[in-house]
Amino acid sequence: MSRYLLKRTIMSIITLWTIVTITFFLMHSIPGDPFRKEGKMPVSVYENLLKKYGLDRPLSEQYVIYLKNLLKGDFGDSMKSKVETVNDMIRRGFPVSAYLGLEALLIALVFGPALGALAALYQNKLPDYISMIIAIIGISVPSFIMGTVLIQFVAKNVSWIPIGGWGEFRHTILPAIALSLMPLAYMARLMRSSMLEVLNQDYIKTATSKGISKSAVILKHAVRNAILPIISVLGTLISNLLVGSFVIEKIFGIPGLGKFFVQSINNRDYTLIMGTTIFYAIILIVLLLLVDVAYIFIDPRIKLTKEGR
Amino acid sequence: MKMNRKFLVLASLFIVAAILVTGCVPKGGDTPKNDAPAASDTPTSGTDTPAAGAAKILRTNNGSEPGSLDPALAQGTHESWVLDHTFEGLMKLDENGMVVEGMAKEYKVSDDFLTYTFTLRDDIKWSNGDPVTAHDFEFAWKRALDPDLAADYAFQLYYIKGGEAYNTEEGSLDGVAVKALDDKTLEVTLEAPTGYFLELTAFYTYYPVNKAVVESNPDWAKNAATHISNGPFTLTEWEHDASLKIRKNPNYYDAANVPLDGVDFTIIDDVNTTWQGYEGGEYDFLVDVPQAVTAKLQEEGNPELVIGGMVGTYYYNLNPAIKPLNNVKVRKGLSMTLDRKTIVEKIAQGGEIAAEGVVPFGIFDENGNEYRDGVGQLIEYNVEEGKKLFAEGLEEEGMTPEDFKKIVILYNTLESHKKIAQAAQEMWRVNLGIEVQLENVDFQVKLDREKDGDYHISRGGWIGDYMDPMTFIDLWWSDSSFNDVNYNNPKYDELVYTAKGTADQKIRFEAMRKAEKMLMEDMPVVPVYFYTQPYVQKPYVTGVYKPLVNYPKLTYADINR
Repeated sequence: MSRYLLKRTIMSIITLWTIVTITFFLMHSIPGDPFRKEGKMPVSVYENLLKKYGLDRPLSEQYVIYLKNLLKGDFGDSMKSKVETVNDMIRRGFPVSAYLGLEALLIALVFGPALGALAALYQNKLPDYISMIIAIIGISVPSFIMGTVLIQFVAKNVSWIPIGGWGEFRHTILPAIALSLMPLAYMARLMRSSMLEVLNQDYIKTATSKGISKSAVILKHAVRNAILPIISVLGTLISNLLVGSFVIEKIFGIPGLGKFFVQSINNRDYTLIMGTTIFYAIILIVLLLLVDVAYIFIDPRIKLTKEGR
Repeated sequence: MKMNRKFLVLASLFIVAAILVTGCVPKGGDTPKNDAPAASDTPTSGTDTPAAGAAKILRTNNGSEPGSLDPALAQGTHESWVLDHTFEGLMKLDENGMVVEGMAKEYKVSDDFLTYTFTLRDDIKWSNGDPVTAHDFEFAWKRALDPDLAADYAFQLYYIKGGEAYNTEEGSLDGVAVKALDDKTLEVTLEAPTGYFLELTAFYTYYPVNKAVVESNPDWAKNAATHISNGPFTLTEWEHDASLKIRKNPNYYDAANVPLDGVDFTIIDDVNTTWQGYEGGEYDFLVDVPQAVTAKLQEEGNPELVIGGMVGTYYYNLNPAIKPLNNVKVRKGLSMTLDRKTIVEKIAQGGEIAAEGVVPFGIFDENGNEYRDGVGQLIEYNVEEGKKLFAEGLEEEGMTPEDFKKIVILYNTLESHKKIAQAAQEMWRVNLGIEVQLENVDFQVKLDREKDGDYHISRGGWIGDYMDPMTFIDLWWSDSSFNDVNYNNPKYDELVYTAKGTADQKIRFEAMRKAEKMLMEDMPVVPVYFYTQPYVQKPYVTGVYKPLVNYPKLTYADINR
């Protein structure tokens, strides 16, 4: 186990370094830079800015400096904001996005598998159709439409639900719902198909014939096994939810991390592009590792090494 | 054992749910509140808790997070809107658009129009109680010019003698000709007579900063607690990317005439969301209204919509290095066949005005009259004449309308730019029988390609910094860093130098009028329309006015419910 973890950790560091390097050079190769703007900015002012942020040095030198700072955990100054460093922005934005993401995850986890299980149990009956209609809507309606619809029909009519902004729990309700629909629908579909498969297994029949009550069969035997595929997608899903969504954060005016992913590229804010990319990569790598480890405990069929158990 | 596990699962689920529901919502940014004595009669905690009598707090939205609330480092409206209410320069713009005394009580101008001597008011204080002195101004201006600070807007101070040299590291700090003679007297010497210098001192790069505060804490402007200002309001709360609050500054000399207790800004950049909020009663005032909404409100004649004036021009750059755009007849043909009236009325729909030149309406000339009246309409919509010129020009270049298939209109990705480009494409197709192509790119990419001359026709726009035709005329002299069309006409340059080198308003305006006419004769750019700034306010909001070069001014706004 510890050898496995060590191996995975080393692999992760190599992956991360590759991501850093590719992003760094790719980002500098796209046209445009952070300081050019529509205006009469004299060359001298432009040069002062390049110098201040070290962009006047050769790219290879910038890369080495960046790596050195990165090892110290310093993502550098944002090239657009003169108020916050990139570390500040992540420190501020991540808890907001993560909170919203967890809330959405909770909604998705409570309703998604439940809907899916319901659909499987009543296959080709009304509950199945209703669940799957919800799932199809959830997957096919983009979140920006969902968000706008929620604002238009809920926020404008329910006085205690604000149209946007951040600060209290009531601010989080609509964005969390809008954010949860996709994973909810995805989980419902996943759960439905794996549940159908499990329900046809021999051991379910055995359990039923042994006279165990229907609810006990479903909860103890069917759901427990059917949930495995959901756990395997949880890693990517959680990391996506945690770092926030550009669209949802823009529509609801949420001060989260998700916005920075798109804004930083539009602004050519090099340090922020690197910061958000690396941060996301770390979260993704860690969560994928956790999912793999969780598998070992949940599914006894998985063994790491010959002498593993 | 089994019970235990079930219990644990249930309990942990419950705890997660409880954390989410009980509202331990993480803050957008931890900004301690301002300790400075601001508006002692109003609670700084929020809008929902009126103290004795209801606090008059105007609720509005600031379109995006300010990149800085340090006047020296600010560079856009989302910064300046807050700064214009929390700071004040030597001069200020009143509700009639006139430049009047702000922090200055009076000023003297030398006979050669090069030296300005300002005397400050007696009763002016910073929000922390310190007196505002001439030294603060000297310090602020020199600081903004410091090459190490690398302020984007440092060039706004290049009018001051030695300013440009210091900023480009060719001169020294001591060479900058601004000096506090004593606590109340500030003397500035300019590089050349500048007819609009007084107005410039109302611009945010010229705002003072508190010398003692800035020197002791370089991060003073980064959060509300340490933000010290001298204007009608003071910053009391700043949750990054979420909200800003400003409250009345009791130390402001004109505080008795400021009706509001404060302004609350949310920071939401989606105009549709904020519009829904305005309709739902969450805002009293809103700038940046969705285009479709502006069009609808205008059609209804809704009194809540105000079309604010603005000095800005929307135009197309024509790259003279690309054949046949090098031919003046072709350029004029393109301009003459562009139906600007249709564009502003049917497409832009925000009350914009069809361009009559490059300098927009609203600027006064040497006699205090509308500048445009002195130049007249320089842009003609004449399809027949345009066709003729265009055909002649093409023949001179030995080209055919077919060749225009390779000509591309470049614009930065935005729905409204796209619609206007499509309209131009269609008008030229119908009127001239040519088929130009469209291409949209990122804003930063467009700027890069314009600098490199890698474009045929590109969308451009310029919002004036000050209310003088020079803010536009200046764009196209041969060495201007904004001259993307590489317009190079020695006669035009000469007129610009004449206007810049004299303090005689008559000579100056005459030169600028001639220059604009010359520019429109050569047509290196095709002006499309003059910008406007639509905003909405609830019927109970009064006293807002909009200086042409600023966002709407809320200082004397009132809420009469």
